Amino acid sequence: MKILIKNGHLVDPKNNIDGQFDLLIDQGKVVAVEPSINAPDAEVVDASGLLVTPGLIDIHVHLRDPGLEYKEDIISGTRAAAAGGVTSIACMPNTKPVIDSAPLVEYIINKAKNQGSANVFPVAAISQGMKGEVLAEMGELKAAGCVAFSDDGVPVVSGELMRRAFEYADTFGAPIISHAEDLSLVGDGCMNEGEVATELGLKGIPWVAEDAATAREIMLAEFTGARLHVAHVSTKGSVELVRQAKARGVKVTCEATPHHFTLTDEAVRGYNTNAKMNPPLRTRSDVDAIRAGLADGTIDAIATDHAPHHYDEKNVEFAIALNGIVGLETLLPLTLQLVRDGVIDLVRAVALLTCRPAEIIGIDRGSLEVGAVADIALIDPELEWTLDAQKLQSKSKNTPFDGWQLRGAAVQTLLAGCTVHPR
Amino acid sequence: MAFNPKHILTIRDLRAADINFILDTALSFKEINTRQIKKVPTLRGKTIVNLFFEASTRTRTSFEIAGKRLSADTINISASSSSVVKGETLEDTAQNIEAMHPDIIVMRHSASGACDYLAKRLKCSIINAGDGTHEHPSQALLDAFTIRQHKGQIAGLTVAIVGDVTHSRVVRSNIYCLTKLGATVRVAGPRTMLPPGLEKLGCEVHSSLSSAISGADCVMMLRIQRERQGKTLIPSLREYARFFGLNTENIKLAKDDAIVLHPGPMNRGVEISSFVADGPQNVILDQVENGVAVRMALLYLVAGGEQLPKD
Repeated sequence: MKILIKNGHLVDPKNNIDGQFDLLIDQGKVVAVEPSINAPDAEVVDASGLLVTPGLIDIHVHLRDPGLEYKEDIISGTRAAAAGGVTSIACMPNTKPVIDSAPLVEYIINKAKNQGSANVFPVAAISQGMKGEVLAEMGELKAAGCVAFSDDGVPVVSGELMRRAFEYADTFGAPIISHAEDLSLVGDGCMNEGEVATELGLKGIPWVAEDAATAREIMLAEFTGARLHVAHVSTKGSVELVRQAKARGVKVTCEATPHHFTLTDEAVRGYNTNAKMNPPLRTRSDVDAIRAGLADGTIDAIATDHAPHHYDEKNVEFAIALNGIVGLETLLPLTLQLVRDGVIDLVRAVALLTCRPAEIIGIDRGSLEVGAVADIALIDPELEWTLDAQKLQSKSKNTPFDGWQLRGAAVQTLLAGCTVHPR
Repeated sequence: MAFNPKHILTIRDLRAADINFILDTALSFKEINTRQIKKVPTLRGKTIVNLFFEASTRTRTSFEIAGKRLSADTINISASSSSVVKGETLEDTAQNIEAMHPDIIVMRHSASGACDYLAKRLKCSIINAGDGTHEHPSQALLDAFTIRQHKGQIAGLTVAIVGDVTHSRVVRSNIYCLTKLGATVRVAGPRTMLPPGLEKLGCEVHSSLSSAISGADCVMMLRIQRERQGKTLIPSLREYARFFGLNTENIKLAKDDAIVLHPGPMNRGVEISSFVADGPQNVILDQVENGVAVRMALLYLVAGGEQLPKD
């Protein structure tokens, strides 16, 4: 069946399109992009006043499936994605068991295909069991369909193992995604080290814990010539390290989360466990540095680090609450706020959410040229709404943005031409 | 001016007038503790639960005696004997206690913010008896009471606090309390024990004991926990004592009439030498004595403070 999206403002950064275009879909693919299309046999979607963009791509998501389905699973997580305009996600391997073998990669891909509302591209573990001791079978994992390797959340301590991980992953053409933190400097810290932590009497995580690890990863990437993607940069220093590394030609990319460019550690006041994440919320100068990095191209992608946790895991004393927040359903409005704040323009915002992350993990998504898969978000950039955490599609409701007045939402999401949102 | 708070969670959120009101109220209770019959009916019929998730002798006993001298029914629960070891959550433990209708829960917990957490979830009053490395309001109030007793007033004094500031809830409450009352507070310790942004709390930060205590009216030494030795913060207690311990020599840097405080329990020979701890300038046992009066005042005010105690 044909679908004609008419009168929308098409933003497709990969193809340098930013203007009024109609878009025709047939059999799940884009078949025409013209200023005006007439297709009498097509179902017409009127996109007047809406942005039409490639479906958003979030390359840092925890789907918790298999093993931790009480927090999230592939069905609920991809529904949350669709509701947020996201059509492709890369999911992290810290499930139970850890995604370190080909059958587990196949399980995720198959379950997502059969029951999901978004494309799911697994990230497999760097080391077996994410124990930081022995490399996972990266060749088989890549052959099974994983797009990158990461021991996200449990950084590889050994410099030697990390060196070999870069070299070995490069053999199979996959990047290493590093959660860059020196764990000995993190200690049992539970928020950013600084004035607020001092006042609240909470143990701090200093910025140097991230910067020192980011520096090591960059040096290893430079040394090996392999590809590094730095996950969720949260400090001024790590943004600067990536900027300098890019300038001298290191194959490095990085991402930032909406919470790290929106909130500071002030959000922890009142011992708000929904403001507890890793890396932690930092200071205003870090937020400003991340915004500058998004503007000047140092930061390549916006990714949510969507980390669902059960109510019981957050409804505890701050020090023992689990790290992380859900993010898929707030990605779009928080990113559009950057446009309204004048940090980046709309085309750059869409690029950070579509073609740039697609390039990082090497998937053929994130653009809408003729022949492309019709993964599309129809976005009302001015729609005002109040976030009610209880109404999130995600199984978990752990968000620091509950009750926030937000602007911008996906009013319709298409996955290969099929509407997956609204349901 | 009346002051009847629902909870006492922090000093940070109190005004100077509130603090003075508490100290004045404590003064009116102090005399009860030296009577032949050390009991007044003020809180008769009230139930106070001392819910201690961390070991404590001094503070728990002080609150217990304070409650009993006001005729409240006082129950002690310690974590080791509670359901915490069975894996019950803090909220469940507290809600089970609240179901028995206590009027006040006096709580100590190893997690910063734990009292704040319960105050948001329970209907009864909460008094913070120390939460993690956050605050210890009743300790700061008894320290202020003791300083006022010896120095007449707090405004204009210089108070030096020396030790492991990072891990001290006492120091945070004391910085707020003393600066609100007009004192200058200096803190000192090795840099490994001074958290960033400390000056934002309102104090001066010194890196040597001598510069902190020079010309001070009051010197407060903080307990060095023995388990910190040989970890990353200090190499040895021996070295700590040499550079940050208070002794009969360096105490001469303070004013001649300076008083010496310690929240206890003391490590003699580490942060304080016995000759200072037992010397003429020490007011350490006054602190303990005054603690009962201050806690009587807190319990009384939180319970509503309807009628001031008369004979």
